[in-house]
Amino acid sequence: MLPYIARRVGTALILALLVTFITYWLLSFSFDGVVANILGPASSPDAVAALQRQLGLDRPLVVQYFDWLWGVLRGDFGVSYFTSEPVARAVVSRLGVTLSIVLVALALSAIVSVALGVLAASRAGFLDKLSQGISLLGHLFPNLLIAIALVLVLAINLKLLPATGFTPFSEDPVRWAATITIPVIVLVINGVANMAAQVRGTMIGELQKDYVRTLRSRGIGGRSVVFKHALRNAAAPALVVLSLEFIAMFGGALIIENVFALPGFGSFAFNSSIQGDIPVIMGITVFGVMLVVGVNLLTDLVNGWLNPKARVY
Amino acid sequence: MTTEPLLEITDLRVEFPGRGFRAKPNEVLHGVSLDVAPGEVLGLVGESGSGKTTIGRAVLGLVKPSGGTIRFDGEDITHAGPRERRELAKSIQVVFQDPYTSLNPALTIGDILSEPLVVRGISAKEARARVSTLLDHVGLPKDAAERLPREFSGGQRQRVAIARALAPEPRLIVCDEPVSALDLTTQALVLQLLMDIQERTGVALLFISHDLAVVRHLSHRVAVIYKGDIVEVGPAARVTLEPEHGYTRRLLLAAPVADPVEQRKRRAERKRLASAGYLDTHAGPIIAG
Amino acid sequence: MVVSEPAEPRARRSPFRRLITDPQAIITASFLLLLVILGILAPVITQQGPNVANLQAINAEVGTPGLLLGGDQSGRDIFSRLMHSINTSVITALIGAGVATTIGLSFGLVGGYFGGRIRAAIEWLFNLIMTFPGLLLLIVLMPLTGGDYRVTMLIFGVLLSPGVYRIVRNVTVGVRNELYVDAARASGLPTARILLRHVMPAIRGPVIVATAFIMGGAIGTQSGLAFLGVGSTEVPSFGAMIASGFLNLYVDGTQFLWPALVLGLMTSSFVLLGNSLRDALEGPRPKAVKATAGARVTSRQARLAAGLTGPIPAAEAAALESDTDALLQVRDLELSYPSPDGGEPKQVLHGVSLELRAGETLGLVGESGSGKSQTAFSILKLLPATATVTGGSVRLDGREILPLRESEMRGIRGRDIAYVPQEPMANLDPAYTVGAQLVEGIRATTSLSRREAKERAMELLGKVGIPDPARTYASYPHQISGGMAQRVLIAAAIASRPRVLIADEPTTALDVTIQAEILDLLRDLQEEMGMAILLVTHNFGVVADMCDRIAVMQHGRIVEEGDVLQVFHEPRHPYTQSLLRSILDETTVRDDGRFAASGAATKESK
Repeated sequence: MLPYIARRVGTALILALLVTFITYWLLSFSFDGVVANILGPASSPDAVAALQRQLGLDRPLVVQYFDWLWGVLRGDFGVSYFTSEPVARAVVSRLGVTLSIVLVALALSAIVSVALGVLAASRAGFLDKLSQGISLLGHLFPNLLIAIALVLVLAINLKLLPATGFTPFSEDPVRWAATITIPVIVLVINGVANMAAQVRGTMIGELQKDYVRTLRSRGIGGRSVVFKHALRNAAAPALVVLSLEFIAMFGGALIIENVFALPGFGSFAFNSSIQGDIPVIMGITVFGVMLVVGVNLLTDLVNGWLNPKARVY
Repeated sequence: MTTEPLLEITDLRVEFPGRGFRAKPNEVLHGVSLDVAPGEVLGLVGESGSGKTTIGRAVLGLVKPSGGTIRFDGEDITHAGPRERRELAKSIQVVFQDPYTSLNPALTIGDILSEPLVVRGISAKEARARVSTLLDHVGLPKDAAERLPREFSGGQRQRVAIARALAPEPRLIVCDEPVSALDLTTQALVLQLLMDIQERTGVALLFISHDLAVVRHLSHRVAVIYKGDIVEVGPAARVTLEPEHGYTRRLLLAAPVADPVEQRKRRAERKRLASAGYLDTHAGPIIAG
Repeated sequence: MVVSEPAEPRARRSPFRRLITDPQAIITASFLLLLVILGILAPVITQQGPNVANLQAINAEVGTPGLLLGGDQSGRDIFSRLMHSINTSVITALIGAGVATTIGLSFGLVGGYFGGRIRAAIEWLFNLIMTFPGLLLLIVLMPLTGGDYRVTMLIFGVLLSPGVYRIVRNVTVGVRNELYVDAARASGLPTARILLRHVMPAIRGPVIVATAFIMGGAIGTQSGLAFLGVGSTEVPSFGAMIASGFLNLYVDGTQFLWPALVLGLMTSSFVLLGNSLRDALEGPRPKAVKATAGARVTSRQARLAAGLTGPIPAAEAAALESDTDALLQVRDLELSYPSPDGGEPKQVLHGVSLELRAGETLGLVGESGSGKSQTAFSILKLLPATATVTGGSVRLDGREILPLRESEMRGIRGRDIAYVPQEPMANLDPAYTVGAQLVEGIRATTSLSRREAKERAMELLGKVGIPDPARTYASYPHQISGGMAQRVLIAAAIASRPRVLIADEPTTALDVTIQAEILDLLRDLQEEMGMAILLVTHNFGVVADMCDRIAVMQHGRIVEEGDVLQVFHEPRHPYTQSLLRSILDETTVRDDGRFAASGAATKESK
């Protein structure tokens, strides 16, 4: 198992190198604009050139990239061009906000989806129709609209929850929960729509397999057949969907946290990107990619545990 | 009577890539040699995993051999390219085991049968006429051409598959378990049809099956394959009634006879020979029975 | 000569017919078409451009002359912006879906059809794309794209292409493995023609469906990005309109309503249309059935016998009398399934009666579709929940078991009646070790502790002739052979010393040499444990080897029943006679004298 993890981590590192290099290369096309942005619209060409030299942007691209990479390997992500804040600290604090929303939403979606999907598949009838209805409804409207609708109803009309702002968990857990409730609901609606249908479909398939009938022929009860056997076999494909859903929710959170003026990753990335704050953009890319890669690695490992046949280590 | 073989397989080896990262390839045929004379039916018997199907697929060009040669009509076709293959398809045809997946469910029987003809540049009108003759040959009604495969039973579909194989008037048909997916009564009818066609057209058959009784009925000669090696080849009567090799004997005695009295005897015989070691896979002829 | 076998009914309606009779498809498609037309006509039906600002029009009310839906906070005509936003969305949908479909389709076809290194490389590439934090990159790369929504959608299309790729690759691999593609290759068809004629038709449906969903998703995502501020302010879009309307919420609550309404209707139309397309092109989706509930029993005879309907009327009392000492008695069993199109239920058993005495083996023989397996599952009450037992009775030791509840049946299954299935591999749960599955079954039918159950399981594995019980105990099903798996299933079935063993084609999936061993095993176990066996099979050789008596089934009826010697040697029913005639005899050898000598020249490799 250890060599397998080592190999996967190796692949992940190569992937991160590749993505960051491509990002750096693509960003290099806009370096002139970046410098002009820092200096303001009325800057002289000399001043631009001087600043470029000062920032090291006049060196060959590969040199610049490896210089940056060398810093990263020593744990130095540089400082923001605009606020002089260390990149690592800035990124981590913003990432925390977004991740707290995404992880809570993901956990809730998984629980609701599995419950709904399993009940729909094994009880049939009304519950099955209900789950299909929920899946369809959740798909109909983009996150943005759902977010706005919820803000209007829950925050502005009923005044149950704050419409905007964020309180860190460490300061006041109750207020923290209140501030992330609506964004979480939005993501859960979408997540359940995606995952419940998948769990239902896989469970229906599993429950119709021969081994289920054979287990029952030995006097084994329905609950064990559904939860211990069918669900365990349905869990592997559901897990893959869960990991993809993580990426989708992360993307969704970038947009909807803006509706709630949450100081998260999305607005941070947006502002840095508008300004052309290259060290910050690179930092965001590294953390974003590592996050996704980490989730995928975790998925593979859990998958191997769930499905002995697919065990790769 | 010594004729040049129509199909000559020499020392054929096939390996499949192993599962997983840097796994060793898995050799399924370890140097198999066989030949089929023009107009001859060669039965190839073996159990699952023996490699019998792979031999057929190698002849058809559906798997790449890793060693050895396959000659057809004196010509080396071991590594025939796509163009040569297309040419060869006129002479070598196939009937597969599963009549449910060997016909494209989206095409009518007429389309299925005329497609290989039309590709070869035969006019649509001619192809239609040919299709109707073919359907007649395999005992299907003429209006079958307009219908979809799902409207037919397993036996009828297998007749369509046989008609498709006959379309280009081939000299060799590879039959891969053509009757094992069929019900008992249908199996007997389809087998009879194959025999009639073989006698009438003189096409040679490489008849692959796990069932010694089926092979015995149809074949002139029989080859027995076990774990990628041919263990015994000879005239059908000798191989299937008085086998020399231990494995063939085991195969023969393991198949239950459809007669309670006979089967009781066969079972006793199997147990007797097994305990004497005559059914081991390396056992030779029984000298003192 | 035409074979008179039952053929399946004629084809259902074509997908297109189904689509144009589906109101959901008609309404959503017409609505989307209407929007596209409105978008095209936008310059004609609006009085000013979407970006023309007019100081008088700032926050103008709905219905202000010249401003149908009023003005926004910059004094722009909301109606005009709305109409022009439709165009933005349509172009968004076309680019996003176009790119995703083109890339996914072409790579999916190539990767699915060719396999090997090519597929491995493509697979790697798409896994890479899939693990991109897509939306984040779209935002981060804004300096490069300038936020142009068309470039953004181009990238978005690439990021969504793995979804299409997976669909196309899976279908293509599936088709590629079908024998009809092998047959086409063997017929000498060129690859291009095979792809076009055999593979494409199978892919068309799923890709069209995916495209509809991607279009909806692309519009939603573009709106989200525009809401965030990604993109030029010059481009009118729903997202930008919602953003400005939302900021202006307390001044005029309706400003953001219009774009939200059109956007919502547009994306939901795509989703609903996608659903209709899926129903039409891919057929009905699988429906859930109560998987662990038994079939419905409406048999009056069974209910009377079980005392469920009060006192037994004198007129029927005689019919309920059990007049034999049979261990298992099936009488006049009738079973039907609802027909898929809601018509008359389809009856599969028409009054099946059979008896099984203690310690004997009864062969239930018939061809596929004769109802022999349905009879077996009726006895175990392991029928699908859609099945209904409409008549007859099943008695074990004189006790009626048909009306028993699932919880009561659980006490009978495994303990009194056990079951050995046909496909050994498909009947073991792939996720648990052989041992865990055995232990669970033993503990369900006995009061043994976990440790005792494990000992018992080991003992059983030894008993069914498994050479290394400890190793097999710890193995997962995919690590053992089919013959071993069948021994494991037999071990599981005999765990509680059942009195009746129902074996449904127990050797059909096995090689003939393994079959002989399994049949020997069953015979030995029967001798030792004295259980009765109901052997369901189509193979007369197996019957001859194993059975004391035979029941021959055809079209849901038992046509002949009797002692094994009598049925084999003097069959009475014409169907039995024709079946026995179809058996290839053991001595006929093809002998047309043509090839008697040629075998001598053959080289033998061993």
